[in-house]
Amino acid sequence: MTAGAATAGGGPTLTGPATRRPVRRGRWIPYALLAPGLLWLAVFFVAPMVTLGSQSLQEGNVDEGYAFTGNVGIYGDALRRYWPQLLRSLGYAATATVLTLLLAYPLAYFIAQKAGRWKNILLVLVIAPFFTSFLIRTLAWRTILSDTGPVTELAQRTGFTTVLQAVGLTNNDTLLASKFAVICGLTYNFLPFMILPLYASLERLDSRLVEAAGDLYASPWQAFRRVTWPLSLPGVVAGTLLTFIPSAGDYINSRLLGNTQTVMIGQVIDSQFLRVLDYPLAAALSFVLLIMIVTLVAFYVRRAGTEELV
Amino acid sequence: MAARTSGDLKLVGLSKSFESFTAVHPLDLVIPEGSFFALLGPSGCGKTTTLRMVAGLEQPTEGRILIGDTDITDTRAHQRNVNTVFQSYALFPHMNVMDNVAFGLRRRGDKDATRKANEALELVQLGEVARKKPSQLSGGMQQRVALARAVVNRPDVLLLDEPLGALDLKLRRQMQIELKRIRQELGLTFIHVTHDQEEAMTMADTIAVMNAGRLEQLGDPATLYEHPASTFVANFLGQSNLLRATVAGPGHHGEVLVKAHESLLRVEADHIPAQCTDIWLGVRPEKLRLGEHGGPNRLEGQVTDVSFSGVATQYLVRMPWGQEMTVVQQNDGSDRARQGDDVTVSWAAEHGFALDAAQAADAGVEGEG
Repeated sequence: MTAGAATAGGGPTLTGPATRRPVRRGRWIPYALLAPGLLWLAVFFVAPMVTLGSQSLQEGNVDEGYAFTGNVGIYGDALRRYWPQLLRSLGYAATATVLTLLLAYPLAYFIAQKAGRWKNILLVLVIAPFFTSFLIRTLAWRTILSDTGPVTELAQRTGFTTVLQAVGLTNNDTLLASKFAVICGLTYNFLPFMILPLYASLERLDSRLVEAAGDLYASPWQAFRRVTWPLSLPGVVAGTLLTFIPSAGDYINSRLLGNTQTVMIGQVIDSQFLRVLDYPLAAALSFVLLIMIVTLVAFYVRRAGTEELV
Repeated sequence: MAARTSGDLKLVGLSKSFESFTAVHPLDLVIPEGSFFALLGPSGCGKTTTLRMVAGLEQPTEGRILIGDTDITDTRAHQRNVNTVFQSYALFPHMNVMDNVAFGLRRRGDKDATRKANEALELVQLGEVARKKPSQLSGGMQQRVALARAVVNRPDVLLLDEPLGALDLKLRRQMQIELKRIRQELGLTFIHVTHDQEEAMTMADTIAVMNAGRLEQLGDPATLYEHPASTFVANFLGQSNLLRATVAGPGHHGEVLVKAHESLLRVEADHIPAQCTDIWLGVRPEKLRLGEHGGPNRLEGQVTDVSFSGVATQYLVRMPWGQEMTVVQQNDGSDRARQGDDVTVSWAAEHGFALDAAQAADAGVEGEG
């Protein structure tokens, strides 16, 4: 379309046949460019989703094979059996998302607005953990929070462990194998996904707008609330989605840092697929999780009103 | 004009140094309440830094800022009853025009914010775009929104930081008239920072010419133009022909005879700085006449260039010693000279001004336009 319009607009001196040919060739280009991406999505997203969907409606077992029976009741069954894990996953993910936002916002603001020539070095440091694998970084937290380590010792001495135990985040006087450890792990692992979009938003923020707010009688706090925060909302929305969605489905942190009472839905799906080999139930749980996340995200994006943002 | 309790804005020994250089040398200024004051100078002369110190966006290194008897030096920007129209407008992109204009009033808890904001929008003739976002407006409209957003608060001092710089010439003329009208209606103190000498002269009652962080000269536009105190001012405000001359002796009627390149010329005695014998004798191009009817001061030369611009014609006349003098003649029906003509350039004694020859003749030239 664009190529055709450009030719037509720019070429009143060209003769008829000469203009027609580039128009026809130009029409192919957008589709040709779209094709690899669409193909990729078809093969690696749509096809697996359809397979997973049909699998959830099958009955049978590994030895005798599965057959499609349209057993919709499995969804009710899945919800009944695993609603605590589902709710727990969403709760942990929401808590970790709020914590990453609280940690990431000041850091991203500092890097974007105040760091000057240190900006690039700090950004590299934010990304640096990605050079090690997710698994190893999570295992490292086992060492950090180990029962005999200095962190636990300090937490015990300052009474922090007592507080955690009182509010139900830990079960005993140690830190590891607790809700607290799982949420710490989630927060740590997804922090860069919060920092980077926030940084991108805050880096574009014109500091003169904040000056203008101050000039118009806004105290620093009001200037933040009325100008900086609303203008950084696209980053906040992107960052919270990038943190919330993967952490709701995460199964590494709760396995390595949690206990039997911190099992998240990702762990359940993992074990149903790979150990129990109850494929229909695992597939149904995957869909339930997917639907819950999509619903929550749709509500959230609606509330945040991203289309209203600049 | 509403009576205001505030009073004059006083800058006392105000200076600003950054790590490696001094942006503003100690500056003393009194800006009378209700005046239209221009800070004029080339970029980097310290005018914007001065403005930002008054706004509270920059902390002065030394000195005090007072409005009336109230010292505001140590208050933050949001505590000062001073508003700025920024060069970039700095309109909040996520708010509509109405919310932009009402921003200051709402921060101060004004119950009547919406009505006042509407009035301010009417004042700048933008009532119909109140619900639009700034990005949907043209540059000129954004500029007026920025102006409305500042004046709606009725500040003690309104600061204008090159607010017309981004507009095209026609729009700029229109806004200059608009700004003058609004100031007359509201009676606020305006401080206008600009590098455009024409804009400063058109709009301001008083102009402070700044150069390299120092105040060069302070005065009303006519005085600055007719009696510049330095070659910088003579060149930065309009054009000047500067002739190297020495004082030769007293003449008649309070005049002094000066000798420039073997010619005896007359200047009014009180136009010559005290105890100066080596001087630059300056004459504005439009004060010179081609022919002998301009006055007793006469120089012979040859026309090397003629540029016709409608209302006037500008000539370059080469003097025997090689210097080219600029002559601007009104297009009033008199004969025009042609390139190559031998002409006499003449002017009256009262139209000359003299400056200490210790200064560079080309100071402030690049600031032109």
